[in-house]
Amino acid sequence: MHAHRRAATYSTGLFVVLLATIVASAGIGSVDVPPADVAAALVNQIAIPTSFGVTTSAIGVPFVDATLPMPTPTVGFYEPFSLAVASTDETIVVDIRLPRVLLAATVGCGLAAAGTVMQGLFRNPLADPSIIGVSTGAAVGAVAVITLPVFAAWLLEPMAFLMGLLTAFGVYWIATQNGRTPVATLLLAGVAVQALLGAATSYLLITSGDSMEKVVFWLMGNLHAAQWPDLRYTLPIVLLGTLALWAFAADLNVLVLGEEDAHHLGVEVERTKRILLGLATVVTAAGVAVAGVIGFVGLIVPHVLRLLVGPDHRVLLPTSALAGGAFLVAADAISRTTPEAIPVGIVTAVAGGPFFLYLLREREVHGL
Amino acid sequence: MTAPESGEDDHEAVDTPSNSSLSPAIDVEGIEASFGEESVLDGVDATVEPGELVGLVGPNGAGKTTLLRTISGALTPESGTVRVASDDEERRLEDVQALSSAASSRRIAVVPQTTTLSFSFSVRQLVEMGRHPHRSRFQAPSAEDRDLVDAAMERTRTARFADRSIEDVSGGERQRILLARAIAQDAPVLLLDEPTANLDLHHAVETMTLARELVETDGAAALAAIHDLELAARFCDRILVLAGGEIVANGAPEAVLKRDVLAAAFDARIAVEPSPIDGGVTVRALDDPEIDHRVHVVGGGEPAAAAIGRLGEAGADCSLGPVPEGDRAVSTAEAFDGTTVTTVRFGGIDAATRERATELAADADVVLLAAERIGGDGDPWLDVIDATDAPVVRLTDATVGAAGPDADADSENSSGDEAPPWLGRAPTTDLDSLPGAVDAIAGKSGDSGEWRGEAESADESQESDALADATLADGGVDDGEEDGR
Repeated sequence: MHAHRRAATYSTGLFVVLLATIVASAGIGSVDVPPADVAAALVNQIAIPTSFGVTTSAIGVPFVDATLPMPTPTVGFYEPFSLAVASTDETIVVDIRLPRVLLAATVGCGLAAAGTVMQGLFRNPLADPSIIGVSTGAAVGAVAVITLPVFAAWLLEPMAFLMGLLTAFGVYWIATQNGRTPVATLLLAGVAVQALLGAATSYLLITSGDSMEKVVFWLMGNLHAAQWPDLRYTLPIVLLGTLALWAFAADLNVLVLGEEDAHHLGVEVERTKRILLGLATVVTAAGVAVAGVIGFVGLIVPHVLRLLVGPDHRVLLPTSALAGGAFLVAADAISRTTPEAIPVGIVTAVAGGPFFLYLLREREVHGL
Repeated sequence: MTAPESGEDDHEAVDTPSNSSLSPAIDVEGIEASFGEESVLDGVDATVEPGELVGLVGPNGAGKTTLLRTISGALTPESGTVRVASDDEERRLEDVQALSSAASSRRIAVVPQTTTLSFSFSVRQLVEMGRHPHRSRFQAPSAEDRDLVDAAMERTRTARFADRSIEDVSGGERQRILLARAIAQDAPVLLLDEPTANLDLHHAVETMTLARELVETDGAAALAAIHDLELAARFCDRILVLAGGEIVANGAPEAVLKRDVLAAAFDARIAVEPSPIDGGVTVRALDDPEIDHRVHVVGGGEPAAAAIGRLGEAGADCSLGPVPEGDRAVSTAEAFDGTTVTTVRFGGIDAATRERATELAADADVVLLAAERIGGDGDPWLDVIDATDAPVVRLTDATVGAAGPDADADSENSSGDEAPPWLGRAPTTDLDSLPGAVDAIAGKSGDSGEWRGEAESADESQESDALADATLADGGVDDGEEDGR
């Protein structure tokens, strides 16, 4: 109960922080919108589904002079709020900034949650969400779509997502022998495969010609092109994936003690590892596919939260996720407001790196 | 084996002792395991009953940890079965390999060897993990979970630093915490892998006492790999000796911790002596042998005991006698597995006993005279020496003359008991140089008869008497004595 209460308290607090960061960030830009108006605009978006129905429309069948009845679900919404906000402000906030801010929040959540899980699973403070090559694989997919003319542009995100998953699966498969996947082998296989795929990315990059700038921007974090459709898949995948990871928090706690100990404490080690790696990989790939490679969030946020809330993953995982979301929203706000629109990956590294080094020097961070 | 005390604990009271003793809690049959090409376990059979603390001893690399890991289900053996009793009252035996990790963890709690733990869980969090196999994924800890965790921490006296980080506790405390976790796991079978490694003597005893208590009051079946044989002897009901992948001995500590058993198992020279302090044993591993001669010791008491200890450590094979039963030297000789010939105290010596002692002496490479004082004619010790051809070495403190307090110290020759002629030829040595002296004389003589013959062929018998005085005063190994040649 103790841990559950702590998890609820800290998570609620960080959720408020996340909301505040979102509101503040959505107000910042070429046109400044006061936080109250941002909040009002957001509240106006709240819609409660009230009625469900099916309307049947007739659609024409090609080449045949006939129509078919086509059932379409319809949902009636009740919008309880209509607060007074200038309509241009509401458009700027809701249609332009909000998708980007929410995407940053979602991706930040996912990366920090996946990073927490990877660090626990690998019992290694250096582990991050892409330790088994998810980001590198996604990068190859994305860069290939950008640079090679054979790929249609809309394939970028699906290719990045699939290549991320494929790479992680490949690394797992290489490291598995006789049904066992030692994390040390997994780690080394990840490093080797990442080096290989990094070479592929570099090659595509130098031969990319005109699209080189686009490639570079994607590789350093790619939130600037965010639109509402980007959230359609990413948000549910990250949300459900993170909740599923949270359900394994107690097992992760035991796994940190070592795999043999974990077996003796009732954890089905290989199966649990598989599930955790799979979920963390899907969450990471879903984020990277739409946001590009954003480093440091998944490495530093879990460490900082471990200092604040302790090593118990039942508390650490949700708080890390929320803090990761807030951190990336803030970093993206800085990225947007710099004159050159510095990619968010540079901001996270510049902001996170020195802070992390400070913690290291103070001996606050010294392991898991 | 101690049956669980009924009434001590409500849910244990159901287990009647007869029920418990009918079926073991751990039943290991024909386990074979290997790492790559190298076979580690080669057909191990073992059982542990409820309420029994069994020690698993053996040299490094004998497979103790492998056996424990096989029993816990962490390792799948190449052949053989491990069956473990269920945690309900029926105590059904089931194959560990067929159980899920959660199910086997409800039956078996493992106390791992203390390692460096590099994470900052609090002590309480670590002990709470013992409840993990009892909880489903979405279940919050119940009141029962909390009670068991609290009780386990009370029992192991870890409650007072419950909120401290596991990184900030000492090695001994850490071991108790791991034991607390196992107690909270509430399993009928307890496996302990070197629970006392890295612990000082005090904490080792404390840990074993706690394990003992779990077995006695909770009726747990415990199997502990222990490298400290003396602790094993003191705390275990039964000891299994694992060597060369097999159980080479199985029984009560006093039956198993024998010099020959241990020497074979550990491939080392070992001395085992009953310890007068706690009823256990004192086990001592010895250096590589310096010498390998057969030495028959004539004498008794402290000098003989010390001489046998020194020679035994050096690798000599000692026999002793005749000596009164219960003499100090007898237990030392037995610690080194030496044959002794004893006489009834104050009962004199019969012909058969004398004969056996003489045979032992005749069989020896060297005869050592180690007594504070030996008598003149008719002293069985002198008779035994006289009857053999082996070269004789004397320990410095031995004086020869009429036995008894009224005999003068300088009465060797004047008391009327003529010192035997070989006495002067026998080199004297102190305890430290004893093995060297034995080696020297045994090596020189080659054939013992020759030495004796030489001594007897030397016709300057007065000279030899004078020499005897000289060497007695001189101490140490006196090679000059050999100038009689």
